[in-house]
Amino acid sequence: MTFKVVHYINQFYAGIGGEEKADWKPEVREGVVGPGMQLAKLLGEDAKIVATVICGDGYYGEHTDEARAACLEMIGKYKPDLFIAGPAFNAGRYGFACGDISASVGAKFGIHTVTAMYPENPGVELYHKKTYIVVTPDSARGMGKALPAMAALALKLVKGEKMGPARLEGYISRGMRKSFFNEKSGAERAAEMLLAKLKGEPFRTEYEMPVFNKIPPAPAVKDLKHATIALVSSGGVVPVGNPDHIRVSSAESYGTYDISKLDAMTPETFQSVHGGYDRTFVNENPNVVVPLDVMREFEKQGVFGKLYPYFNTTTGTGTAVAFAEKFGREIGAKLKKDGVDAVIFTST
Amino acid sequence: MTREIEKASGVPVVQIATIVPIMLTVGANRIVPGVAIPHPVGNPALGPEGDKEVRRELIRRAFKAMTTEIDTQTIFEKE
Amino acid sequence: MRLELHKVHISGLKFGAKTQVEKGVLCVNKDEAAALVAEDKRFASVNFDIACPGDKTRIIPVKDAVEPRVKLDGKGYFPGFCAKMGKVGEGKTLVLDGAAVITCGPIVAFQEGFIDMSGPAAPYTPFSATFNLVLNVEPVKDLEKHQYETALREAGLKLGVYLAKSCAANGTEADEVQVFEKGDTFEEAKKYPDLPKVAYVCMNITQGLLHDTYLYGADLRPSLPTLLHPNEVLDGAMVSGNCVSACDKNTTWHHVHNPIVQALYSRHGKDINFLGVIPTQESTVLDGKIRAAQMNLSIAQQLGADGVIVSEEGYGNPDTDLCLNAKYFEQAGIKAVLVSDESAGTDGASQSLADATPELTGFISTGNVNEMIEVPAMDKVIGHPEAIALLSGGAEESLRPDGSMYVELQSIIASTAEIGFNKLGCEWI
Repeated sequence: MTFKVVHYINQFYAGIGGEEKADWKPEVREGVVGPGMQLAKLLGEDAKIVATVICGDGYYGEHTDEARAACLEMIGKYKPDLFIAGPAFNAGRYGFACGDISASVGAKFGIHTVTAMYPENPGVELYHKKTYIVVTPDSARGMGKALPAMAALALKLVKGEKMGPARLEGYISRGMRKSFFNEKSGAERAAEMLLAKLKGEPFRTEYEMPVFNKIPPAPAVKDLKHATIALVSSGGVVPVGNPDHIRVSSAESYGTYDISKLDAMTPETFQSVHGGYDRTFVNENPNVVVPLDVMREFEKQGVFGKLYPYFNTTTGTGTAVAFAEKFGREIGAKLKKDGVDAVIFTST
Repeated sequence: MTREIEKASGVPVVQIATIVPIMLTVGANRIVPGVAIPHPVGNPALGPEGDKEVRRELIRRAFKAMTTEIDTQTIFEKE
Repeated sequence: MRLELHKVHISGLKFGAKTQVEKGVLCVNKDEAAALVAEDKRFASVNFDIACPGDKTRIIPVKDAVEPRVKLDGKGYFPGFCAKMGKVGEGKTLVLDGAAVITCGPIVAFQEGFIDMSGPAAPYTPFSATFNLVLNVEPVKDLEKHQYETALREAGLKLGVYLAKSCAANGTEADEVQVFEKGDTFEEAKKYPDLPKVAYVCMNITQGLLHDTYLYGADLRPSLPTLLHPNEVLDGAMVSGNCVSACDKNTTWHHVHNPIVQALYSRHGKDINFLGVIPTQESTVLDGKIRAAQMNLSIAQQLGADGVIVSEEGYGNPDTDLCLNAKYFEQAGIKAVLVSDESAGTDGASQSLADATPELTGFISTGNVNEMIEVPAMDKVIGHPEAIALLSGGAEESLRPDGSMYVELQSIIASTAEIGFNKLGCEWI
């Protein structure tokens, strides 16, 4: 049987144009376009690229929801067995688009998806768990290496062949551990690793410690009486009805809401959508997660200067570290711009 | 998220949360231990006034945390 | 000290008139063996079964595995249990190499496991390759759990010694002699002044019922880290009283085979000066963990260690002990390699260890305990098949009516044992 493949590329590789055409809206063409030609040869008899979807990197980045929806519809029509995007090398917006569309295709159609980029491409951190990202060099000069690697991995996946570890298969780990039998026992490997360590020779640890970055503490507030304090929460507290559809888990967005006219959180105005804890208490009285009532009391009493009028909120369960960091950076920048002096962050 | 807000804004972020060891591991600098996971800044079991009093005490501690100079991660316990 | 393991190669197992080895086949006088075990009145019934490599047999729930051994000078084996108190690690030991006593009976706690003699689960345990005499008991009604655990542990040891002793008495001769010979740390340092000095820290679960380990008959839990000549470990000083989770059990069989001891011994005098073994605790309180780690370091420093291998037993809170050991050794300038399994979840996406420390730079993995495995129904089940519902790594829905099971590696005896016997490891996918 010949597997049906749809390929995704950007405006540049489709020969439409460079940066000036980055706003190219999604379109689909039959058969292969650009690097798809060589990719098709490498896929051989077993798989056929039936269509190529093309979208401008700028358009995908700025109108992600529309771009994704349009591409998914085009891709869906072909009922492919396999989806391949890129390679994106180190192009950030292209990497984001390839990662996003691959992840979305995989989630929606349940088929294998393969893309390819340089490990530092921002698309990697966001999507490496949701699609297979083949490792490529940092520029298109690596095309000759990237395409064969993508084809080989894609065929292995779609044929259901037994897979080895990510480092041997040439893709960026999807963040999962799997047991494999080694040539040597754990004891023998331990003795060899210790000898290498003692001799100062290189060795490969079988599990790297997770790294948590620390930052030096910010200086203390000197004048609480005149300070502006902001409330932020990861407890999933949102206006009733969740108007911005913040996810109950694995949030990919946060909300900013005006609380300047409120003296307290109430169940009529706010609810929690956090999927990771018992919401009975917070839904009866959201102040137990977002302490607005007490903050207003202290504000009126003059204990501190002013409560920042906006409340930033998201759901803190299963949140990808990359997204959490993104929200933190954006919220932090806004608070700085608006002259906030301190933040109280509540989490569940 | 806490860490990134603090880094980007340059102002102290006081985190009120229950699982303190995780706060330490992920790098929160000013930590006030919360009451319980579903209600970190309150205790509904104590009734509306009791719950509010607990909340006031935690926020007062948060004020103390944000006005205290520290050079390393610090947990602000009840006195 | 010079230890000679006189190994009889066992290639079969059956019941017979006399307990002896006939052309490699271990014959067992069932009645004699049963009478011996039944001396302990805590058993209501005593049964035996045989499970050979390749059999379509499952043994469940398993408490311990014991290698049949005896000192050839008549002193028994396992001091504190089946031999008078005395030092081991010297002289001649008869070993029925390839045979094992497996103890089985109604579930004590929830961390015993199973052994499949064939099929997909077989490669995960050494006991699918040994000729197993399975002791299957029923404790007397309402026997207290600790009593039951003790009785069955002692019975397994007794049986192992009986088998080897009878074979020796009935003229069984060794096929092979393996020698382990090493002086004390000062003698060896004089012989090999330029070789790096390496110690082995053997962490043992010491946390209560079915979570204890014995050194010369003493429960390690209230004890402190100490120092042993490797021969002592290879000659029965350590006995296992635990099923931490079946996958992590360092059985009594594993202790006499300690593969890390053997890996370091084989390099002694060539690449390293193997100083000795530091058996140590995994305490349930933070002070105890810190105390053990600092004393492990202290002993290693007093010996002048340049490097250590540290093996864990268990996962979860002992991961903190593991990290403390890594931190203290590395900060003191002693290079450390740590051997542990991972609890990365059934999908492999969870954090592998419960704790972390940047100094843990040399990690050897023995596999993901939560990985799922599909095992077929077996023609014969020795023991209690329904026990899988209660074992760690199993669940009520694990056992299907047809006898097949879908379980975690966690429920297979010694599948991820961190003493490093298996070839299993983990990689990123």
